[in-house]
Parts: sequence; structure tokens; C-alpha cells
Amino acid sequence: MNHSLASFSSLIKPGENVSKLVSRLAAVLIVAIALSFASDAFLTPGNLLNVLRQASLLFLMASGLTLVVLTAGIDLSIGANVALSACLAGTVIKATGSPLAGAAVALASGTLVGLANGGLVAILRMPSFIATYGMMWLINGYTYYFMAGNTIYGFPHGFRQLGSGYLFSIPVPVYLMLVFLALAALFAGRTIYGQQVYAIGSNPVAARFSGVPVKSRLVLVYTLSGLMAGLGSLVFLARLNSAEGDIGEPLTLPAIAAVLIGGTSLFGGIGTPYGTLIGALLLTLVLNGLNLLNIDANWQPFVTGAIIIVAVLVDSLSRRRQEARA
Amino acid sequence: MRNVQGMDAPHRWMAVPAGVPGVAWMMVAMLVGFTALNRQFVDVANLVNIGSQSSILLLIALPMTFVILTEGIDVSAGAVAAASSVALGCVMQAGAHTWLGIVAAIGTGTLFGLLNGSLIAWLRLPPFVVTLGTMGMAQGIALLLSGGQSITGIGTAIPVFYNGAVLGVPAPLVVAALAYVLNHVLMYRSRVGIYARAIGGNPEALRFAGVSARAWQIGIYTFAGAMFGIAAVLLTARMSTAHPTASLGLEFDAIAAVIVGGTSFEKGKGGLPGTLLGVLTIGMLRNGLDLVGVPSSVQVSCIGVLVLLALFVEGWKTR
Repeated sequence: MNHSLASFSSLIKPGENVSKLVSRLAAVLIVAIALSFASDAFLTPGNLLNVLRQASLLFLMASGLTLVVLTAGIDLSIGANVALSACLAGTVIKATGSPLAGAAVALASGTLVGLANGGLVAILRMPSFIATYGMMWLINGYTYYFMAGNTIYGFPHGFRQLGSGYLFSIPVPVYLMLVFLALAALFAGRTIYGQQVYAIGSNPVAARFSGVPVKSRLVLVYTLSGLMAGLGSLVFLARLNSAEGDIGEPLTLPAIAAVLIGGTSLFGGIGTPYGTLIGALLLTLVLNGLNLLNIDANWQPFVTGAIIIVAVLVDSLSRRRQEARA
Repeated sequence: MRNVQGMDAPHRWMAVPAGVPGVAWMMVAMLVGFTALNRQFVDVANLVNIGSQSSILLLIALPMTFVILTEGIDVSAGAVAAASSVALGCVMQAGAHTWLGIVAAIGTGTLFGLLNGSLIAWLRLPPFVVTLGTMGMAQGIALLLSGGQSITGIGTAIPVFYNGAVLGVPAPLVVAALAYVLNHVLMYRSRVGIYARAIGGNPEALRFAGVSARAWQIGIYTFAGAMFGIAAVLLTARMSTAHPTASLGLEFDAIAAVIVGGTSFEKGKGGLPGTLLGVLTIGMLRNGLDLVGVPSSVQVSCIGVLVLLALFVEGWKTR
């Protein structure tokens, strides 16, 4: 078993990953340099910190998704999950005055949704895109019903620091991002669980025959994706300082885009959390650029959609080139 | 092997796919249940209403059945219908001829279908991510063309397509019937149905038979896009305005109708009669829940539960 897992991890080819990451980091730099020429407002500390804050939030939501995509699955319920968790947490904070109780509720609801997704995909063997798509509408409906069209706003100052505060003049979400980047990288790269996740994505049949508990690992990654959506919802709530039923809608596409731009393959088994962070930075930079150049905000879904298609295209082409070489 | 059933079906005049009985029972249960809760449910006026409301959904669910039989999916349907509706609205607001508006709507849908099909078939990209991407693009175009606002003042010619009648039959029912016949002929009396199942089940076999699976796959997505454009005409007619976000999420009802109707993602099973019943089931569910006073948001949750239930039963039967 150990031997076959070792051969799986050799599939990941750390050297190739590093060169991939470097080329994507170069793309981030090129976009940043272009933007600094195009707009005077770009290279200001305020704007850069804002980009970093947005990218951190996006990374938090996309980090769990990265693990799901590594198993060749997808989680389309992230945005809906964030909305549900934020609305529940907001309601609890308003009712009890305790941010801790709210945080516990958000993390619990996020995790439960993830667990349900994992059950549908791993145990009932539904295709992940349709199971999580059904879940997305199911919880969207519940969230609208729960909120009944109302908006909750005005949270305690301390809680809002989680999203909009600074520590040593760096936004608080950036620290969270660093912590969870480290955790995700450790999990994916340095634990047996992570290696098994890669193994499932590379070849599920071989993984099963090598003794990988495929079902429970799948449940684990969907649950982690839900947990990260719950955590992201708290930062999002603290940043917005308000919650309503539809706040999650614009979040799923960017999260998927960040994972794909980051070089994680939709076909499973290839990718890293570092890549997702770079993807989140790149997407945030592009959207920030549209903003700074005074381009109609209605372009944003168009651009995000186009970026997703280009990212899948690059992934698919590079995969085909690899297959041709092998 | 798993395609035998599917390949046989087109040769029979009225192929009755497995899975129809399940959805038929569901319809009967709903009919009885909602009638028990509210007598108005079985009024003729209400039943006609269910039919009219379901017509738009049917126009999207029929081509979605072809797409799902190819083991694909099109989650861009609602957004494409929104973009088509806004295109129609812009042309009509400018005072152009009605047919030009309809051409604009169907043309917009067709272009998006062509884009979806090309990316999926030609570049061999996974359908759900491609259509997720084009969903964002179509949504963006709808917002850009409309400035995020309803387009009003589209004249009185378009609304006739929903409010009018032909020989006493409501116009949307006529459009829906024509669309059903067209799709039925394509599915069961032409090569399209056979090839759709073959693309999903065994594209190799198509290649050996000298058939271009890619060209047919592109064709199926393009046809679906055109049908979404027609749905957009009915949708705009119903509201008498074009709205950039009104039809978002419509694809979920359509996918739900196809799945509840017994068409499966993996086995080439199912077909249009099931989808027709699935559409009526979703239509009855929404209408019945409306009558009972359940808000629209909870209806969406109910449909979600219905879909997961149908998938569960399907998985349980095949196990």
C-alpha cells in the first residue's frame, strides 16, 4: 500500500508544480505591472491592501473547493452555503449578542451542508456537479425563506474586525488566509490523507485497490469544503456588516475560477493550495482593474465566465500534451 | 451493451422509456394531494394555467433532454434565455419589426449554443464548467445590454405569443405542442436521437460508423440554444417586458424536469415523454404550492428535494 501511494505521489511531480506556480506568479506580476501603468490609483497602499483582503476572502472559500477538485469532483453549493451560514450567524449574533455563538453556528451549518454533499456524492454515488447543484438550490430556497426578504445589519465592532480590521496595518483576513494556506498545504502535501486525495483524483479504481478508503475520504473533502465556506461566510459577514438571502450568488463562479486559474485540474489529481492562492490573486487583480478603469461592473460576470473557460482550456490542453508525451 | 435499450427506442413509434411510471405516480399523488388541500387546483382554468406556465419550461427541458442524453449538461440555459430576452427587448424597443426581434432572440440563443457546443465537442472540455462559464458571460451580456433594468415599451405584438389564442387554444400551449412534435420527430424519427444516445454511451461506435460525433454534438447544443431563444420569446411575452435576471435559475427547473422524468446522466435511459411528464410535475408542484400559499423560495427547495429523491431512487434501482 505504501509503495503504491509513493508511486501516486511521484505522479504529482513537485518540480513541474513549482515551475507551473512560478509561471502563474509571473502572470500575476504582469497583470499588476500593466495595471500600475493603466491606473494611478492601483499602486496605492490602500488599493493593494484591498486587493489582498479580497483575494484572502476568495482563497478561504476556494481552499476547500481545491481539495474537492483534486478528487475530480466539484462543489457548486459554495456560494449558497456562504449565504446560508452568514444569514444564520448574523441572526444568532443579533439575537444573542455573542459573536462566538454566531461563529459556531456558521461553522456548524457550513460543515453540515458539506457533509450532506459528501454523503450524496460518496455514498449515494451521485455525480458531484448535479448533487451539489441540487444542494445549491435547496439551501438557496431555505435561506430566502429564512430571511423572508429581510436584511440584518450592524454587528458588534469586535466581530467586524474579522473582515475589515487591521493588525500591524495588514488586513485581518490576510492572516487567516496565511494560516489556512499553511494548513491546506500541510494537509494536501504532508499527510497520508492528502496523498490519498491525490490518489483518488488520479485513478479512483487504483486508489480503491491500494486500500484507500475512497468513500470516507470523499466525505472528508466535501465536509472540509463546507467548513471553509462556513469560515469564509464569517469573514464575508464581518466585511459586509450585513446579511441577506442572496449575498452568496456572486461567489461560486469566482471560487471555481480561482481554483482553475490556480492550475488545479478539473480531471483530478493535479494542483496545490498555493496555486489556488495565486488564482485568487489573479482574479481579484483583474476585477480590481476593471473597477479602477471605470469599466461597467456588469462586465464582471462576463469576464469571470470567460476566465473560467480559458482556464479549463489551458488545463485540458496541457493535460493532452502530457498524455501525448507519455 | 448499456446502450441497447436506447438504440432500440427510436425504431418504435411511441417509445415508452423506463422511468415514466415513477413520474406518472408522482403526478397522480400530487393531483390528489393538492386537490385535497385546495379544490381550486382541479378547476379547468387552473389546469390550463398550469399548462401555459409549463410551456416555457417545456421549451427548455426538451432540448435539455438531448443534452443530458449525450452525458452533458447545460446550466447556461436560464442566463442564455435572459440574454435572448434582453436582445428581443432592445430590438422591439427600437421599434423594429416583430420578426426581427424574434430573430434576434433565437439568434442570440443559437450563438451561445454554438459557443457551448464548440467548446465542449471541439475542444473536449467538460460540459458543466463550460456552460458555467458561458452562464456568466450570458448573464453579463444581459446586464450590459439592459443596464441592469427592465426593458419596457416593447409594443403589443410580442405579448400576443403568451396571451393570444389559436382557435380557442392558448398560444403558449400551441407553441409548446409544436415544439414537442419537432423534438419528438428529431428524437425518434431521425438520426439525432440515436446519435445523442451514442455520443453519451459509445462515441467510439459512432466514429467507427463514420459519423462525426463532434459535429452532431455541436449541433445538439446549438439546437438547444435556439430553443432557449424561443423560450425567451414566450417569457418576454408573458411579462410584457424583458428583464436581465428574470429567467436566471430556469435551467434548474428544466434539469429537474428531465431528471424527474426518468432521463439519466449515465445510462442513456429516458426520453421526451418522460420529460413532458416531468415538466408537468414541476408545473403542478409550483402551482399547487402557490395555491397552498408556500412562498416561491421554498418551492425551489422542494424541487431540489425532488431531484435528489429522483436521483436516489434511480441509483437504488440500478444498484
